[in-house]
Amino acid sequence: MELVSSHLPALQIVIPLLGGLLAALLRRGVPAFALTLAVSWIMPVISAVLLDRVLTGGPISYALGGWPPPWGIEYRVDVLNGFVLMLISTIGAVIVPFARRSVALEVGERREAWFYCMYLMCLTGLLGVTITGDAFNAFVFLEVSSLSTYVLIALGRDRRALVAAFRYLIMGTIGATFYVIGVGFLYLLTGSLNMVDMAARLAAAPPEMARAMVAALAFLTVGISLKLALFPLHSWLPGAYAYAPSWATVFLSATATKVAIYLLVRFLFSIFGIALDFRGLPIVEILLALSIAAMFIASIIAVYQNNLKRMLAYSSLAQIGYMMLGIGIGNLAGLTGGLVHLVNHAMMKAALFLALGSLFYRIGTVRLAEIAGIGRKMPLTMGAFVVAGLGIIGTPGTAGFISKWYLAVGALDRGWWILVFLLVVSSLISVLYIGRVIEMAWFRPVAIQVAEAKDPPLSMLLPLLILAAATVYFGIDTRLTAGIAAQVAEFLLGGLR
Amino acid sequence: MEAFLDFADRYNYVITIFLMIAGLYIVVARSNMVKKLVGLSIFQTSVYLLYLEPAKIVGGTAPIIDPAFTVYSNPLPHVLILTAIVVGVGTLALGLALVVRINEAFGTIDDDEIKPQDGG
Repeated sequence: MELVSSHLPALQIVIPLLGGLLAALLRRGVPAFALTLAVSWIMPVISAVLLDRVLTGGPISYALGGWPPPWGIEYRVDVLNGFVLMLISTIGAVIVPFARRSVALEVGERREAWFYCMYLMCLTGLLGVTITGDAFNAFVFLEVSSLSTYVLIALGRDRRALVAAFRYLIMGTIGATFYVIGVGFLYLLTGSLNMVDMAARLAAAPPEMARAMVAALAFLTVGISLKLALFPLHSWLPGAYAYAPSWATVFLSATATKVAIYLLVRFLFSIFGIALDFRGLPIVEILLALSIAAMFIASIIAVYQNNLKRMLAYSSLAQIGYMMLGIGIGNLAGLTGGLVHLVNHAMMKAALFLALGSLFYRIGTVRLAEIAGIGRKMPLTMGAFVVAGLGIIGTPGTAGFISKWYLAVGALDRGWWILVFLLVVSSLISVLYIGRVIEMAWFRPVAIQVAEAKDPPLSMLLPLLILAAATVYFGIDTRLTAGIAAQVAEFLLGGLR
Repeated sequence: MEAFLDFADRYNYVITIFLMIAGLYIVVARSNMVKKLVGLSIFQTSVYLLYLEPAKIVGGTAPIIDPAFTVYSNPLPHVLILTAIVVGVGTLALGLALVVRINEAFGTIDDDEIKPQDGG
């Protein structure tokens, strides 16, 4: 037991990695799924133990292979990435039962095991980016997750999935390469790849290094922004989410962009930290302008979509805007709002995409025009959709309200009351696109093609209902989400002083 | 004259930056998917050079602790780039596999010809 507990940070990565390889060797869908289920359910246990240890005893440092940092690769868990690890592994564990039937239908019997293999690889990559304390190691994990994501998308039934995957591959690789260039500059400046070591050396850097630091920051910001689909670098996302198998979309929308946001936060606050403030780079202004643009433009485009998956993809872009807004506001309340929205958006958007996955499972389409009256035929599914949709809008009593509340408080603390106004207006636009679906599903006569539909089997319904219930629960009791997010924000801002 | 010498002294970086821009330009400007991948590879390769050039010291050896050697080259960037090359090969292979599948599904590998077929 002692042995296991001291190696938990490594196990967090090694278990899904080996699971992925095994799933590929199993070849058949059912055993591969059983393995995936087991791995996905172990992950949050490990994350919970790590997070608990960090909250009580401070950061954990794990020297991979026994090589001490800063020479070896260090896995370092502090409140920030402990929080993100918990988010990813919990979402994965909650949604995985849904995969069995959905994947069997949409990916096909022969390719199921490969699908699960790629999912576990993607999980490995995402957890790896989060847990590692080494900037170059983060690149390797970033590419592990990205390459498997391209495959997950390409496994979609529609042939357009192939094109979407290819476009994402091009954009994603450019983003990753920009990231490597940025890390290269930082390595040239500091001679170190360890994030903590790098931060200490950058803080003590002589002023003549400022230009190279700004270049590194620029490359890193653009590269990571491509990965997190910050407007206007988002062109790959709508197609990728629209044509990937339903369950892959659920997983990716809830986790992949969140990890990229984590990486950006890590670089901006923990690594550049103090150095960032007085180089005269208008990075805060740029982030604010882009996130406000995302909130409005993506929301407005979402209103005009007929494919509901594409609509939710644009909605995701707008929600990424809220998260980046929190980083841009940059004070305690604003940062808490941005971070808590990582969690809140992950569960709300996962619930919405799960509802669409259920629709597709029952009626084979997610086009708005073809779901008239579906609410009366699939009441639990569409009921959960409504709850999660209210969360996206930010209705009081749902998790979405909590995020927006903190963002608004943060903006007011800065005296930016106009930002509060923009927050409210952009929320009203989301009323429009969520409202269109609710109107079509509940207030129209039942169409012939959906007359035979009914709620999906329990294994698919349960994850959906859990996430919808969580949307309400975390809108009322925010100790777990906003409580930890506030601690993380405090920790990040502490690094700036 | 001084500017020219400065330039000549760092010609390798100029080549690196040229390759970087050229690769990125091909990715953006070409609609043929294989050419896009070629551009992407050139772009990635230029980054390998960016890492390796500062690591090499003229006359330096591998870091072997021996009184006979006093000037060492930094081995770490070489190891990093070995990893990056593997990632690059993986990306290229996956990209080409996708292009093959796209060719089977659409009968073309030209982005501009695929767009009208399915409305993007």
